[in-house]
Amino acid sequence: MRTEICIYILIMAVITYLIRMLPLVVFRREIKSRFIKSFLYYVPYVTLSVMTFPAILTATGDIRTGLAGFVVALILSWKGFSLPAVAAAACAAVLIASVIL
Amino acid sequence: MKDKKSAATFAAGVRDGMPIAIGYFAVSFTLGIQAKSAGLTVWEAAVMSLTNLTSAGQFAAINIIAAAGSYLSVAVSQLIINLRYMLMSFALSQKVEPKLGIPHRMGIAFGVTDEIFGISIGLKERLKPAYSYGAMAVAIPGWTIGTALGVIMGSILPDMVVNALNLALYAMFVAIVVPVTRKDRKVAIVVIISMFLSWLCTKIPVICDISSGTRIIILTVIMALIAAAVFPVAEEGKNEN
Repeated sequence: MRTEICIYILIMAVITYLIRMLPLVVFRREIKSRFIKSFLYYVPYVTLSVMTFPAILTATGDIRTGLAGFVVALILSWKGFSLPAVAAAACAAVLIASVIL
Repeated sequence: MKDKKSAATFAAGVRDGMPIAIGYFAVSFTLGIQAKSAGLTVWEAAVMSLTNLTSAGQFAAINIIAAAGSYLSVAVSQLIINLRYMLMSFALSQKVEPKLGIPHRMGIAFGVTDEIFGISIGLKERLKPAYSYGAMAVAIPGWTIGTALGVIMGSILPDMVVNALNLALYAMFVAIVVPVTRKDRKVAIVVIISMFLSWLCTKIPVICDISSGTRIIILTVIMALIAAAVFPVAEEGKNEN
């Protein structure tokens, strides 16, 4: 393993673990601030949304198949299918679309 | 008596963790493919997955590493993108026995992923360490081995299949976000605006040159702050639509 990659991994792992560990170990009181609670509530959805779009359209190299996968993922998750099912169906949609188109 | 109960709790964790492990195996496979195109070796990718257990975070970090980004930008990206785990740990801190010792708290903390948090917080009874460990016992190998196989086998698969799998991680993100937009209209609005802004950033001349990792961080902080100010979450953690 290369040294600089080791350092990247170490940094990632330590920060991520501290984020997960500190509240469980150190802070046993509830966060009172409504603003901070709200901020933390929205962060994951904003992050995932920003990462997903528009990148999902170009993920496959062809915006049409990417769109097909995106639409299928949207529909199935709206209907409440599980994570693996949505991922599998979206991939299948891309495959089918790339054969048809 | 105590051992028997712990064993049963551990088994319950394994049982509930199985579907997560299978999902992780599939999704981490595509992560492995991304890692490979970023130049990482099997060991590097596997160790990264083993020590991090984050999909979005690892994904962002791989992009930054591929672009030879700074250690600082990787650090900041992990801090912002994984910040939600802090809220999850806070929630879990209410779910464990108040007198639970620090060692087990530290153990449980390692496995606080979106999905493991989901099954843990949904328990009717108190969260016991054995349950977390049971889930982690299957989920972590799933995530790690899937990553390794993705790096190894990614190059064997035909391009068409790789392209399709590249979408899997994004599809998983969609699967995490969309159900919440259905329950909470505020989140739906925030998500739509975030996606629009994200798209816009790729079109605006100067901003589109900022690395994607930095863009994600800036957009996240700005949007989440505005959302918190304009759509504060109701006191009990439930939102009315």
